[in-house]
Amino acid sequence: MLNWFRFSSPQAFYPLAGRMQPWFAAAAALFGAAGLYVGFFVAPTDFQQGESYRIIFVHVPASWMSMFIYLVMAGWAGLGLAFNTRLSGMMASALAPTGALFAFLSLWTGALWGKPTWGTYWVWDARLTSELILFFLYLGFMALQAAIDDPRRADKAGAVLALVGVVNIPIIYFSVQWWNTLHQGASVSLTRSPTMAATMFAGMILMVFAFWMYSIAVSLARLRAIILERERMSGWTGELA
Amino acid sequence: MNWGSAAEFFAMGGYAPYVWGSYAVVALCVIVEPFAVRARRRRALRELQRANVAARGRA
Repeated sequence: MLNWFRFSSPQAFYPLAGRMQPWFAAAAALFGAAGLYVGFFVAPTDFQQGESYRIIFVHVPASWMSMFIYLVMAGWAGLGLAFNTRLSGMMASALAPTGALFAFLSLWTGALWGKPTWGTYWVWDARLTSELILFFLYLGFMALQAAIDDPRRADKAGAVLALVGVVNIPIIYFSVQWWNTLHQGASVSLTRSPTMAATMFAGMILMVFAFWMYSIAVSLARLRAIILERERMSGWTGELA
Repeated sequence: MNWGSAAEFFAMGGYAPYVWGSYAVVALCVIVEPFAVRARRRRALRELQRANVAARGRA
């Protein structure tokens, strides 16, 4: 059996992350190219929204990733808090900026989709407001970590913030059911078949995979930078420079 | 095929500013972020190099 604990040390994970990263980047490019092709050239025009619906191919993947990355980030932060493993905190720190980016993109593309379909860029309804709070949670996590000099203490403080913020994720996800909102309900769920044309759904899922692979690739790259920054005093990093 | 011509494609049925405004910002972000991360790693490596030189100087 593979000894997974070996890779919980930053020194062992650094070269492994470097070897994995290009594969995830290549997968992101392939899925992205396929998703854009299907999204623009195969998926038909929506009979209600016309071509404006094509924003879905970036809006839904960005929104999903913003929530999913938060859960993974909080998971790593929690592991670090529980077991005091160095790499866990670095994983959480590596994920935060990419999660914030996707939260921003979710809000941005949502605003540009809201204007032609709802007549407004922004409303203070449950779905939009809770996604904005998610964006601020990411920024708060990053600001808190940046404000504390000792990285181990920064990890602990950030972990508490990240774990408390997890409560916001189900609020975002179920907001369209719990409250009256302008935002439409889920078009895709695990329990029923998607309420959209198969080619539209295919384009969206391809873009979800693209964003997913992109997130892994860029987070691994950032993790390597963070490892170098934090392990400066440990000796082994000196041989890399 | 949805589009009769390239102009039709870029017009996006009259929704061009919204559709391209979304895709342009997404594209910008996923291009800039990897470059920013690469710059951060290079900066960290330079720091290490400087520390190495300093350590050799003391030895």
